[in-house]
This record gives sequence, C-alpha cells and structure tokens, in this order.
Amino acid sequence: MKMKWWKLLVLMLAFAMLFALGCADEGEEAEEAEEATETTEEAAEVEEAAPEQTVLRLAMDADPVSLDPHVQLSGGMLQYSHMVFDSLVRWTQDGQIEPRLATSWEQIDDTTLRFHLRDDVTFHSGNHFTAEDVAWTVARLKTSQDYKFLFDPFVEAKVVDEYTVDLISAEPYGLALSMATYIFPMDAAFYTGTDENGQPKDAIVKEGPSFANAHESGTGPYMVTEREQGVRNVFTRFEGYWDTESPGNIDVIEFTPIKEDATRVAAMLAGDVDMIMPVPPQDLGRVEQAEGVQLVTMSGTRIITLHMNQERREEFQDLRVRQAVVHAINNPGIVETIMKGFATAAGQQSPEGYLGYNPDLVPRYDLEMAMSLMEEAGYADGFTVTMICPNNRYVNDEKICETAVSMLAKINITVELTTMPKAQYWDEFDARVADMQMIGWHSDTEDSANFFEYLLMCPNTDTGAGQYNSNEYCNPELDALIAASATEIDPAKRAEMLQQAEAMAYEDAAFVPLHWQNLSWAGNDNLTIGDIVNVMNFPYFGDLAVQ
Amino acid sequence: MFAFIVRRIAQAVLVMLVISVIGFAIKSAVGDPVRDLVGIAVSVEERMALREELGLNDPLPVQWVRFVTNAVQGDLGHSYFFKKPALEVILKKAPATIELVLCSSLIIVLFSIPIGIFAAVKPNNFFSRLFMSLSIVGVSIPVFLTAIILIYIFAVELHWLPSYGRGDTVRIWGFWDTGLLTWDGLKHLVLPSISLSSIMLPLFIRLIRAEMKEVLETDYIKFAKAKGLKLSRIYLLHAFKNTLLPVITVGGVQLGTMIAFTVLTETVFQWQGMGFIFLEAVERSDTSLLVAYLVVVGFIFVLVNTVVDVIYGLVNPTVRITGRK
Repeated sequence: MKMKWWKLLVLMLAFAMLFALGCADEGEEAEEAEEATETTEEAAEVEEAAPEQTVLRLAMDADPVSLDPHVQLSGGMLQYSHMVFDSLVRWTQDGQIEPRLATSWEQIDDTTLRFHLRDDVTFHSGNHFTAEDVAWTVARLKTSQDYKFLFDPFVEAKVVDEYTVDLISAEPYGLALSMATYIFPMDAAFYTGTDENGQPKDAIVKEGPSFANAHESGTGPYMVTEREQGVRNVFTRFEGYWDTESPGNIDVIEFTPIKEDATRVAAMLAGDVDMIMPVPPQDLGRVEQAEGVQLVTMSGTRIITLHMNQERREEFQDLRVRQAVVHAINNPGIVETIMKGFATAAGQQSPEGYLGYNPDLVPRYDLEMAMSLMEEAGYADGFTVTMICPNNRYVNDEKICETAVSMLAKINITVELTTMPKAQYWDEFDARVADMQMIGWHSDTEDSANFFEYLLMCPNTDTGAGQYNSNEYCNPELDALIAASATEIDPAKRAEMLQQAEAMAYEDAAFVPLHWQNLSWAGNDNLTIGDIVNVMNFPYFGDLAVQ
Repeated sequence: MFAFIVRRIAQAVLVMLVISVIGFAIKSAVGDPVRDLVGIAVSVEERMALREELGLNDPLPVQWVRFVTNAVQGDLGHSYFFKKPALEVILKKAPATIELVLCSSLIIVLFSIPIGIFAAVKPNNFFSRLFMSLSIVGVSIPVFLTAIILIYIFAVELHWLPSYGRGDTVRIWGFWDTGLLTWDGLKHLVLPSISLSSIMLPLFIRLIRAEMKEVLETDYIKFAKAKGLKLSRIYLLHAFKNTLLPVITVGGVQLGTMIAFTVLTETVFQWQGMGFIFLEAVERSDTSLLVAYLVVVGFIFVLVNTVVDVIYGLVNPTVRITGRK
C-alpha cells in the first residue's frame, strides 16, 4: 500500500493519542460515562445499602503510628485513643472534667482518688469492662517508656470491687484527676497471653511488630476494621457502644493521611474528603470562603518561645539585656503578618484557661524601651549571638526566626541564624549549640506546672528537671514554688502558686514568649465539628454528627 | 549471555555493598531515630535505653557488619516507623510507583517519538515550532507546581478527577495492589502520570529531534534519498533506528531515576509509593528503612541498566559483538 510519510505520521500520532487515552485520559471517558449514569448510580447506591451508612472521609497530616495507645505519647496517638478507647474522664471544651467510663469520683484521703465505674460497658472483643481492666491498664502505663513519667507519682490502681477502683499516689498529687484523662482502659483479657511469635501480647514495642501494634480492643465508639499504615485506616462504629446518648451518627470513618498541606486543602475543596485537620494558615481564607465548607479555629495551648542561654553568654545574665530582647520582639506583629492572625501573642507560658494563666502578663513590645535598656546595660553597640531553629516542626518556624533576627538587629544584636529539619534539631538543641534556641511546648498534663518543669526549672540531670531549659535560667525560689504546687490539692491555692511563678519568670525575662499556635479544622457544613473539638486538639469523633 | 549475567550479578552485589557503606556513613547525619519514636518529654535515660536496645550505640562498623550478615539472609532490618521488616515495606509500596512510572513512560514514548520525528523532518512547520516552544515551557516548570496547577484545575475547579491517592486498588498475584484494573484507580492515575511526565516528555522530544536531525544529515540518508527510496521508509526505518541509541541510553537511566525518586510527584498526590516512603524515612530519621531503601534502589539501577544493555545490543549489533569478547 502506498502511503505518504506524513500520512504515516498522522496515523502514528493518532495511535499515540489512542494509547494515551487508554492510559492517561481515561478520566475524560470516565467523566462522560459518569455524567450519563450519575443519577442511576445514585439511585442504585441508595437501594443497595439497605440501612444507609454514613461515611466520613477524614484527612489529617498523619495517621496513628500504632494501634497500641501506650506506644507513643503524641497528639496523634491521643486522637486515635479517643476514637477507639474511652478514658475514665475527659476534658470538656471549657476545660472542665466530665465523666466517661467513670461515673463519679471522690478524694477519700490525701493520696487516694476513688473512681466509680460504669457497669454496662463492653470491649470490642465482647469482654465485659471491670475495674480489673483499669488496674491492668495503669500497671501497663507505668511500664510504657513514654507514659511512665506521667504515672510515676502513682503507686498503683487498686481494685476495690468490680466497678470501683482507687488511684493511689505516693504523695498528695494535685493532678491525679487530670491524669485520669490519660487512662484509656484496655481489654486486659484480650491483651493477655502470647501471640503466634511467642511474644507476650501486652508487650509495648516501639520499633517492631507486636500484637498490640496491630490489634485493638477498647471500649471506644469506633473499631479499627481496616488499616494500612500511612495509606488508609477504616474505623467502623462499635455496635455495642455504651454511650447511646452520644449525638454521633457516623457509621464509618475513612481516615487517610495527607501530608502535603496544599494537597490536603485541595482535597477538601475538591470534595474528595469531608473533613481535614490541620488547615495551614496560608489557606485559611480560601477555606473559609469555599462554599459548603466550614472552618473552625480555636486558640491552642502550645507555646512557642525563644531561649536565651545565660551560661553561654554573659550578656544574657544581665536582666536588662534579657528585658531588652523581650521588648524588641514584636510578637503581636509576628502573629499578624507571619501567622496571618492564626495565633495568639503571648506574654507567658500558660494559655488562658490553665490554672497558671496570669491575665496581667501581656506581650510587651516596646522598641524604644528595648533600646534604652540596651544602653543602660552598656551594650548600646550590641553584640553577636548565634540562633538555631527548626524548619519543619512548628507552623512557620523558620520565618518566625528570620523575623526575630531582623527585629533584634534594631537593638544592634546581630544574630547568626541556622535552621534545620526537626530530625536533626533536637540533638543540637540538647547540646545547647547556640546562644538562642527555639522551642515550642505543649503541656502533657494540660497544666501550667509542666511548662516550668521542662523549660524553666534549674537544669538537673539527676531529677530530669529543666530538661529543655536552654535558657540555663535557674531561680531556686521558682523551683520551690513549682515543687510545692505538685503536692497541693486545692486548685485555688495551686492556681495562685502557678500564677506567681509565671509572674516571676515574666519579671526575670527568663525567656522570650512568642505565641500560642491556633488549632484549625475544616469540614462540610453539615458536620458538627464545632461541638467535638477542644484546645487539646483531641476531636471527639465519637460525638461527631452529620446533620 | 551466561557470563554477562554472572558479571552483572557480581556488579549488583558490589553496588549494593558500596551503597550500604555510604548509607551507614550518612546515617547519623540524617538524625536520631529514637527522637521520632518517643514523645518529647521522655527522659534522657529512657532514650539511651532505647538506643541501646536498637543497637544504635554500637560503633558503625559493627552495625554495618550486623546489617550485611542479616542482609545475606534476606533481612534488610526493621523500619522503626512502620514497625515492619524494611524490605516488606518497600516491596509493598513498589507497585504504586511502578504503575505510575509505567503510565508516565507510556505517555512519554507515545508522544515524544512522533512529535520528535515530525519536528526534525519539518523544522519550519508551525506545529514543530509550537511543540518546541511548549517543550521549553514544560521543562522549566517544576513538577511540584505542575502538579498543584493540575489539581486545582481538574480536581478543585472542574471536579473531573480526584485530587489525591490511588483510589480503589485490586490485589493480583497475592501481593500486587494494582490501580490499573479499576475505573477509580485509573482516574487517580491520570494527574500524577501527567505531572511525572511533564519534565521528561519535553526532554525526550528535544532529544529525539536533535538526534534525528543529525542522522538526517549523514551520507547514507542522502544516498538513500538519491536512490529514490520512499521517504517514510527512510525516516522511520533507516534514520529513526539510529536515532534510538542515545534515546535508549538516556531513557534507561531516567527510568531508574523515576522509579527511585518520584518523590515530588508522590508527595503532592499523596501517592503511597517508594518515593513517598523515602521522604518519610528521611523526615522521620527512620535510618534502617533509609539504608534498606538505598540498597534496593541500587539493585533497581543495576537491573534497569542491564535490561537497557540487552535492548541496546538488539538495536545496535556492534555493541553485542564487543560485549561478547
């Protein structure tokens, strides 16, 4: 057959197109087909799923690292715990403690807190929930590498009768009830014995396979019915869930992690998911304006700070210099420009709502004051310091540090800034390699004392106090106050102590407070997101409803 | 052929050994895996105990020997983050990447060859110029941006295509999760494949065009034309075959690179492939997964190059002859 070369070319191109269609542009065909069958399909779906299932497609930045709630103490694992397990008690949106598996509690003596438990609760395995499970769980918490420090003050959980358990601390402990929010009873019978590898089922294994890493039996609203780590997690509503009064009406949660901020937002806007968290600050406006999508934000509890190392730099030993630095940093400005208003400028560590929150301690940006303080201290010509910051740990961490550098330049402090990924950051931080270091802190106890214990108490390698105090700030008076607050059970007195401690750190300009990061969630308009979220960022998905 | 394969296997082993040494050398620079395994408030002693347990306190050479000893038995270590054997994690993610690369390669091959030839044969044609200018644009836009733009146009604005993930997959042969057999899976493949090919396609068009133009200048083409052969025969049989040699070489290397490092595309589309876990391993300083990954990638590179060499031999007989010596 005679054929001119260009005809052949056209033919080849046509073939190419065809193939490409088969492989790449399938979507267009699919789309057409879909349009045609859309209505029938929808009708069919309704018919097929006889009792219609409500499905929530959820996307977060990461999924739980394990199914074992005790394997790691992190926000992600606690979010998971609230889905699959239930705690004895839990925080409400306004910072109160409400009953869950425990219906009531009483302080019987200085060191004993008695919990009365529900008698109508079953685990996902079908086992019945009793006080034994609570005792077992507390004993396991005390062996968990991540949780043991929180449960060290407790001696044990002692079974009184089938539905009564005593939480006993060695000394009077003001945070005993708060700690009960971390007790998510696990199914003792289910986790007892050995698995097919001969490993005990209750082993807490951080870096390898274990029974508890792959199986769960809690009392929570959802069971894990499918899981491929990092790809897809399916949670199905537990039919025997005890809390029949919960407004939650979602049958299945399909939880996909989407790490990339832009993709997560796009998935929400495209309608490929029903709810996302967190929403990155740069996309807040877009999400808010999107039709059918609601944005929920809340002031958070993680304080972002800069530390001034007094041991490395004698300049920072001078109170006036520290005051000058704090006055030179325009943290309301950082919140407005870099965080797009998506943070609350701080003057102290404790966020509003915490016992230690002292309303008098406000941000104190005052450049003139800062300059005159520098002059007074004899450093009008300034000096040079080094600074390190992470670049993928906190929201906009790198930009915040860069801005701080330019703000300090105005009082003639030259800062040599180095930023690095979080994987490398913490070793450098621990080694105190720089004169100024950034750190953000969330109190694991939801209590002010925790900030001081880790960030401001005199560093002591024996007791572990001041583990992250790279200010090398040491004030015995403040240490004594915090130590006393630990054994104080009267909340009013504790609050007074903690607020006084905040005031001391403020006057001493022990560190540079920046802001508390806000929290954000977005989802379809018909979800009751506003009702289930809280400052701890543990959304209670069990109570989430589609209206 | 047998000698050839034996030589290649020896080469692969050597490459993997060298890579594992490099992997161990850079391990500590990536970060401390223990940090990612524990909460920030965990005490120093607890962390040290965990390091000891994981064998991270041993000198690097000791760790390396332990790794190689286990690797010989097919055990490339445990991923700290996934809490599973590293090899299992990597192989589980391989189908996602291989299918993505396959689709992209198909797009590249099917578009670059006709367009490249056309542009070489008719350099002044309007379409040739159009394609050439477009290819410049294509090369200069980063994959990341291309991907985001595609998502916003086709997923967010038009709602035609899904924005992330692989969609429904089907398990075949007991281990291979494929997205090629479901409608949903195919729809999810479209945008990532286009994004991934967006850099390579223009590159190949330009490569084919340049090579073809060069070949068209040679004497044997002129002779063939003088002889009065059909133009189509000259272009496609005589000229194009000789254009292929450099294209195959570059293509082979690029194929290996695509399989190993589709990091950007996979991250943007939350495409759970090998590039994605590579990034995850780096960010979470999952060093044991990282080393295992590098070793596997070394193997893939040797494998792909071997295949390319075989194909090369088929196209160019002179290579085959020297190879036999």
